[in-house]
Amino acid sequence: MELALLSMSAWEMLNEEESLGRITTSCSELDDILGGGISCKEVTEIGGVPGIGKTQLGIQLAVNVQIPMDYGGLQGKAIYIDTEGSFMVERALQIAEACFEDMREYHGFLKRDLQACQVNMQPKDFLENIFYFRVCSYTEQIAVVNYLEKFISEHKDVKVVIIDSVTFHFRQDFDDMALRTRLLGGMALKLMKLAKKFTLAVILLNQVTTKYTDGQYQLALALGDSWSHACTNRVILYWNCNERYAYIDKSPSVRSAAAPYSVTGRGIRSSVSNSKRVKMM
Amino acid sequence: MANKMVSEMGLPKSIANIFAARNLITAKDVFSLTEFELMELLDVDLAVVTSAVAHISEMTCPPYQTALSLLEQRRQNENMAGHLPTSLKGLDNALCGGIPFGVVTELVGPAGIGKTQFCLKLSLLASLPSSYGGLDGSVIYIDTESKFSSRRLIEIGFNSFPEVFHTEGMAQEMAGRIMVLRPTSLSEFTDSLQKIKVSLFQHSVKLLIIDSMAALLSGEGVQGPQRQHSLGWHISFIKSVAEFSRIPVVVTNQVRSQSRDEISHYSFQDKNKGEGPEAATKPDSHLVAALGIHWAHAVSIRLIFESKSGQRFIKLAKSPLSPPLAFPFNVTSSGISLLNDDGVEMPGPEIHSISWQGHNNVINFVSEMMH
Repeated sequence: MELALLSMSAWEMLNEEESLGRITTSCSELDDILGGGISCKEVTEIGGVPGIGKTQLGIQLAVNVQIPMDYGGLQGKAIYIDTEGSFMVERALQIAEACFEDMREYHGFLKRDLQACQVNMQPKDFLENIFYFRVCSYTEQIAVVNYLEKFISEHKDVKVVIIDSVTFHFRQDFDDMALRTRLLGGMALKLMKLAKKFTLAVILLNQVTTKYTDGQYQLALALGDSWSHACTNRVILYWNCNERYAYIDKSPSVRSAAAPYSVTGRGIRSSVSNSKRVKMM
Repeated sequence: MANKMVSEMGLPKSIANIFAARNLITAKDVFSLTEFELMELLDVDLAVVTSAVAHISEMTCPPYQTALSLLEQRRQNENMAGHLPTSLKGLDNALCGGIPFGVVTELVGPAGIGKTQFCLKLSLLASLPSSYGGLDGSVIYIDTESKFSSRRLIEIGFNSFPEVFHTEGMAQEMAGRIMVLRPTSLSEFTDSLQKIKVSLFQHSVKLLIIDSMAALLSGEGVQGPQRQHSLGWHISFIKSVAEFSRIPVVVTNQVRSQSRDEISHYSFQDKNKGEGPEAATKPDSHLVAALGIHWAHAVSIRLIFESKSGQRFIKLAKSPLSPPLAFPFNVTSSGISLLNDDGVEMPGPEIHSISWQGHNNVINFVSEMMH
């Protein structure tokens, strides 16, 4: 009897997962390999070389989490924790404007009765729903993560927390590696608890480093081996010939796969060569 | 925020005293211990520790803003919503107004291509009065390779802004606003950076230029990953200066050749290595920016200056705001001018590579200007 109170059966879990909803990346191929989009209730790490589009994807998710339920979205808010000053507010506005236009087009396509749609979001409204924290040291980063529990209790509609990047303050001149491993581990645990408790998605953007393995330099995500065990899901963004690709490196529920995507003036979208196929909504 | 003292955070006096007694003075000290360690050290219940840590975290956490309020603040308070126009129309359009405030913009390219010319022009633009589209402020120019030429600066000034420069005393005034530092070693450079922080507030500095970063390291004989580590502090410092004073920071970077083994891939890509077009796509003169991947993460905007088939280009290789565009340019008597304001879009990793073809000699600057 008591065990039933503390645990959840696998069947209940399946039902819950299906009803949780996912955050779309605005690229259907990327959503597909993710199993429908970024999952809420889990921590997803996204890493890649500079310029590949990590911040772009972060901002896209901060906007997409807000898509009203009438349009199949989560109608939530976003917390964006900026550790490097990468967040460019003008870009967030560009992405919000494109999302707004896409929503209007979808609306027109379905010829929905205007009254049926209760939420009418303007591009600026998207910006108002992104809570921006700028942290300048690892101490501030830990403080924010600790504070999130209280903040989110007071802002229950937050459905995504993005840390861009989780790496930056833990890279520079960290003398005590044991301390670093512990701090990162503690932070990862707290974030996982937050994801579960408030049913939100946690996105951790990571940088890349080079490792000397098997006689050659290879690219790997930063922060070391013990960190690589800390996140539930891992996605690596990389270049393949002339295209940007995303690779599912780690996931408990979807298999390893790669999909192309592109970064356009409107945000993250399907790659150009794929968009020639007609997509029905 | 991170240096606030625990004693000043409004914890109940008894708790604050216990922290102080155990030498936990700052939030940093507190966070370095786990909650269990704190319980043991302070000899209190877990609930007390949890609540104290939560309170300390809240006090240490920086304030938040909505993205909307951030946008409105910049539009209201800053020049061109936080941009320094470069006078190159195509580039300014692509960058939503110009070189952005608050972040590091990197100029990369081989020697002699025009990076210093661009920096000289930017210095002038920042010093000009606002009626001429300038920031009406002073400029700090850190010149590590003795490339700064005041003669060339004045010449650009006279050719680009004749009304200003022909006015009596203006040339002196403008040139007087550009402060040139010439550190000759890494430690002198470190010193200069620290002193800059003070001047930033005293002299209304509106632009910081570092031309170039890598020069100081080549002398030290540092190669590879160690090089990145020795600049770690400087990278953080420069970024924080940019951000807190909300000024544009422009840094130039050299190139070096990349050896074949340095072309790196992820472990999951190995099975594709050697097959297909990927292995053969690298251009012959495969030049790479000198400071490596760690630095590359730290810059927000990257402009690659290159030369291909005798034509020079400025490529917007990294910019969160615009598609990857390449603009053909020439060096002229008034600095740099674009041949085409629309630019050519370059999808794919080609935008990140640096070509140095067709210009094998050191450019004789004077003869360039004669055209």
